Amino acid sequence: MQNEKHHIVPYSTYIIILAALVLFTFLSIEVTGIELGGLTVAAALIFASLKSYLVLTYFMHLKFDKPYIRIMVGFVILVFLAVIIITFIDYFFR
Amino acid sequence: MQASSQIPHDVSYLDYKGKYKGLLAWILSTDHKRIALLYMFSIMTMFFVGVCLGLAMKLELIAPGKTIMGAQDYNAVFTVHGVIMIFMIVIPGLPAVFGNFLLPLMIGAKDVAFPKLNLFSWYLYIAGAILVISSVLFGDGSPDTGWTFYAPYSFRTGTNMLPAIFGAFVLGFSSILTGLNFIVTIHRLRAPGMTWTKMPLFPWTLYGTAWIQLLATPVVGITLVLVSLERIFGIGVFDPALGGDPILYQHLFWIYSHPAVYIMILPAMGAISEVIPTFSQKHVFGYKAIVASTLAIAFVGYFVWGHHMFTSGMSGTAQYTFSILTFLVAIPSAIKVFNWISTMYKGSIALETPFFWAMSFIFVFMIGGLSGLVLGALATDVYVHDTAFVVAHFHFIVFGGVGFSFFAAIHYWFPKMFGRMYDKTWANVGWIVFFIGFLALYTPMFYLGMQGMPRRYYDYLEQFHSANILSTLGSWVMTFGLAIIVINLFRSAKSGAIAPENPWNGKTLEWTVPSPPPVENFDDIPVYGEKDGPYEY
Repeated sequence: MQNEKHHIVPYSTYIIILAALVLFTFLSIEVTGIELGGLTVAAALIFASLKSYLVLTYFMHLKFDKPYIRIMVGFVILVFLAVIIITFIDYFFR
Repeated sequence: MQASSQIPHDVSYLDYKGKYKGLLAWILSTDHKRIALLYMFSIMTMFFVGVCLGLAMKLELIAPGKTIMGAQDYNAVFTVHGVIMIFMIVIPGLPAVFGNFLLPLMIGAKDVAFPKLNLFSWYLYIAGAILVISSVLFGDGSPDTGWTFYAPYSFRTGTNMLPAIFGAFVLGFSSILTGLNFIVTIHRLRAPGMTWTKMPLFPWTLYGTAWIQLLATPVVGITLVLVSLERIFGIGVFDPALGGDPILYQHLFWIYSHPAVYIMILPAMGAISEVIPTFSQKHVFGYKAIVASTLAIAFVGYFVWGHHMFTSGMSGTAQYTFSILTFLVAIPSAIKVFNWISTMYKGSIALETPFFWAMSFIFVFMIGGLSGLVLGALATDVYVHDTAFVVAHFHFIVFGGVGFSFFAAIHYWFPKMFGRMYDKTWANVGWIVFFIGFLALYTPMFYLGMQGMPRRYYDYLEQFHSANILSTLGSWVMTFGLAIIVINLFRSAKSGAIAPENPWNGKTLEWTVPSPPPVENFDDIPVYGEKDGPYEY
């Protein structure tokens, strides 16, 4: 444990990420006012994914972690995507 | 990570006198072994309640019409039976009890990675259990929706649903934290030299299980929150009257609850994978194939949830997609069975109680698995959906799989856990009585389901009477067997013969420490050499 590198992320980076998260939250609310039909859920998921990416990368320090940790997170995201796609096989063909 | 301490090595975790005494020495202990026993006694208490409810249901069904309860009480009894058995017994069962006790011992660690979090998980379990029980004792009647809390029942019923839903939510957190703890423990605390391919199979299955606990449980957590919001505020996510979709509830519920079946069954398979090589005195056949099939079950198990919903009204495309995926998951399960049988081939078989349980596990698991193929095929599922056939299949897999494996595990690791041997004759008598009772209880349900008897009804047609009598008699025989097993183990834990360090000639690391193990498990962390492995007979 003692041999592992520790990264200090400057506060300014955190503040920029926070601002981005707030911006995406507002955009995800605003987009609900636009009639997108079947793409409504996709729009919500895109904003949620962008926010997750920022949180994972900077707040959870994934950017500075070992590759195997990043692979594990990537794998989890793939599982999540597969679950979403399979669920919508029902909705698109019902 | 693992600091040395002043705790003497010759004091077992049962005899250790720490800062606290009496009950406090247990409920404030962060020792993984004591936490495992806390889970064991909590789970046994809830199991007693669940068994009583099950017996009440079978007694009601001994004759057509009202026997001891009416329709509403029957609804409440099968709901609470299901919630207790699923969320408090079979999901936490093997990981929380044997995982907690054995994972650090089997990988050569002094404890799990986060001992305090481990204790906190147990407190969450107790909080969840209290909430569920409170839903029965207080409010406007016990929950009556079935353990699945299906929409729209769960937000329309006038019974006391919220504590039960919140209880399941809290129990989910307990599960997530245990999973997190196990993943980090396996990644960070394996003994030096214990590479991934030298790790015993039980920790491997705990690893697969932990990933499911971590990834799938939050889905049901948020789903139960949405049901609560629907019930309190009428937000319209699941309520069709408000534009919601009740089938969405089923998707979200089963996205968790089908993988939850693998939370239950994977550690059960892991325990069997430990018992069979030990009692065959032979290297496990196809170690890597078993590991790969464990991970394959954990992975494919995520994508088959829709087979619970074939008759719900979802699209035909989704139906056959889920049907194909369901058949895929049978392959790794079959690989495991093949490997267990091949391990026994030309082995030096020791006919001890854990081995009997392991054999009966394979027997009932095969029947449960093959009947699952009937339910996984679209055409036949429509025919037997929501009949007693489903109840039979489910109990063969979950009670036959997890329950038999649990009993195999307790009889295998009992000497290590309590430092005493049990009475083998009574243990074998308990096994055979239980096994006969189990088959008499659940096998008639396959027949009843094929004949069209629906599940979850307190009444039935006269034509189903004789099979129901057999089933009820089976429940009594099985409970009698259970009583023999439990009394024998309790009596043996107190006054059984002193157990040696390695009574079965096992080769995994837990058999290298005294029985019962000392507080910190190992004097020095063991080191695996190049030629060392978990099953080197």
